[in-house]
Amino acid sequence: MLLELENVSLAYGRIQALHGISLSVAQGEIVALIGANGAGKSTTMRAISGLRPVSEGSIRFDGQDISKLRADLRVIRGVSQSPEGRGIFPGMSVRENLEMGAYTRKNRAEIDEDLQRVFTLFPRMREREKQSGGTLSGGEQQMLAVGRALMSRPKLLLLDEPSMGLAPMLIQQIFDIIVEINQQGTTVLLVEQNAQQALSRAHRAYVLETGRIVKEGTGAELLHDPAVKDAYLGVA
Amino acid sequence: MSDTAVAPPKAKQNFRGNGGVRGWFGRQPTWVRAIVTLVALGLAILLPYAGDVPLIGPQIVTQGIDWPSSLFNMSYYVLLALGLNVVVGYAGLLDLGYVGFFAIGAYGTALLTSRDSLLYAHSGWSWLAAAPVALAITMAAGLILGWPTLRLRGDYLAIVTLGFAEIIRIVATSTPNFLRGDRGFTNIPHPPGQGADGKPIFGVTDATPYFWLGLAVIVVVILGVRNLDRSRVGRSWLAIREDEEAAEIMGVRTTRFKLWAFAIGAFIGGLGGVLFAGEQGFINSQTFVLQFSILVLAGVVMGGSGNMAGAILGGALISYIPDRLRGISDPFFHTDLYEYRFAIFGVVIIVIMVLRPQGLIPSRRRAMELKDREKEVAPL
Ligand SMILES: Nc1ncnc2c1ncn2[C@@H]1O[C@H](COP(=O)(O)OP(=O)(O)O)[C@@H](O)[C@H]1O
Ligand SMILES: [Mg+2]
Repeated sequence: MLLELENVSLAYGRIQALHGISLSVAQGEIVALIGANGAGKSTTMRAISGLRPVSEGSIRFDGQDISKLRADLRVIRGVSQSPEGRGIFPGMSVRENLEMGAYTRKNRAEIDEDLQRVFTLFPRMREREKQSGGTLSGGEQQMLAVGRALMSRPKLLLLDEPSMGLAPMLIQQIFDIIVEINQQGTTVLLVEQNAQQALSRAHRAYVLETGRIVKEGTGAELLHDPAVKDAYLGVA
Repeated sequence: MSDTAVAPPKAKQNFRGNGGVRGWFGRQPTWVRAIVTLVALGLAILLPYAGDVPLIGPQIVTQGIDWPSSLFNMSYYVLLALGLNVVVGYAGLLDLGYVGFFAIGAYGTALLTSRDSLLYAHSGWSWLAAAPVALAITMAAGLILGWPTLRLRGDYLAIVTLGFAEIIRIVATSTPNFLRGDRGFTNIPHPPGQGADGKPIFGVTDATPYFWLGLAVIVVVILGVRNLDRSRVGRSWLAIREDEEAAEIMGVRTTRFKLWAFAIGAFIGGLGGVLFAGEQGFINSQTFVLQFSILVLAGVVMGGSGNMAGAILGGALISYIPDRLRGISDPFFHTDLYEYRFAIFGVVIIVIMVLRPQGLIPSRRRAMELKDREKEVAPL
């Protein structure tokens, strides 16, 4: 397993957000984590990328416990996150945002190579290279956040609601790109409220409810699970 | 979204800004910028003689305070604004007690040099010998204050720093033997140096040399901060200011860089204090009021937070405007306009903030950040 969470709990002050969750992601997989607003999906991401210390449990990455490791060292080990919402740097240009993604790296030639790779995945980013991040549309900002996360050349890509606030056509497109990234060799843990898309693209998935994992299975299984259908795949 | 061809590269587009004087300046080739900068520096050096310029000169110089002294005041206010700009403008940390570092620089100098100091028997140093030690103390104070507080979020940090400045003031007022309250420290030595006539360069009658010293320090600080800003440190500050969580995700060691901003800001504030003590020769607990912090912060914001040119202009204005009002009486009550300085100042700030909310010389990145925050607040 590339990533293994075992019994992870996390609290914000007195608010217990995660109650001992366990999940795993194997090398090469796309794993989805779905759940309602406030279920603890972003919190799980924060625990993995090291933004918040866990109060209990272990996080194993690439065979080693990283649950006490500093966030920057986790980036160096190969964990990279694209944050929820407008998590880009609004005053930096698109190019500067992408360069920030390579903050922990030194090899210029490799960074340039990855920059070209991101531009190939997201041609729109090349067109907007010199534009401030804050002037991009919502969809472009999402793409920038995903592209930026790729710039650290991660083994594991954490995507927090990459389809949030996007038009249906753009949602299709961003999921296509996620699958493409995965096929190029990056393992993906994907958090989504858009369960329909996430489940149909993921190999496996977990359902999170108020800080607990309540269900797991392959994407297809959960997509046809009556309870999941009822709660997350409402006939919208 | 389309896979259209790459847009043609726009000629020489860069991020120094595109409008106004600043935009013009940013688009010039290096040599033009160098010449403009040198001319500006030359004019700054000649400022003490501004009164001799026909017609406009007399309008510019102050009346109720001698012009070189007013220029010296401006120089240390500009230093403070530059230092606070690193903390607030670059790293995005709201420090409301910045005067505390100014006070530590000045008191440090006094403790090491003044005959009134408890330490005098052991120290009694010259101003020049005391300066680096006082600066080291100030920087250490910045680290000590920053270490526990920089994990706090915005508003908490503001309150803690406010408390810090108050603690220093209270210690100063209530330790009759250590920081000597109202009595303060006398006989703080001036900077060293003798003129050709054998008289000291830094005397008591003419503040011009102090202004030039302040100007020299400002130039060094500008160069230093500019280098930092263009380095990885500056990039880290920018990332932290724009989105701290995202910065951390990128691998920026946020606490460490915030601490750096704090310590560097403290150092520059301390420089202001060291210069101030060396010029005045006397400091006491009344010198360092909290209004001072707020005033410097107002200067930074008014000038254009996150932008050195803005901070310099703002720092100079908060010192110049009140000084310029001295010695002019209002036509109704015949009071010195200086007494109305805070009222007049308030009106000036409000007018500037209404007309130019991002400050007189805005930072383009800052403008983007503000817009972004507005979007975040507004419903989708
Ligand atoms: N910074 C925070 N401070 C306090 N509570 C928080 C914070 N962030 C999230 N929470 C709480 O933790 C729970 C999980 O939130 P989150 O992980 O953001 O959910 P999701 O991403 O699934 O919508 C919620 O109850 C939320 O209110
Ligand atoms: Mg969330």
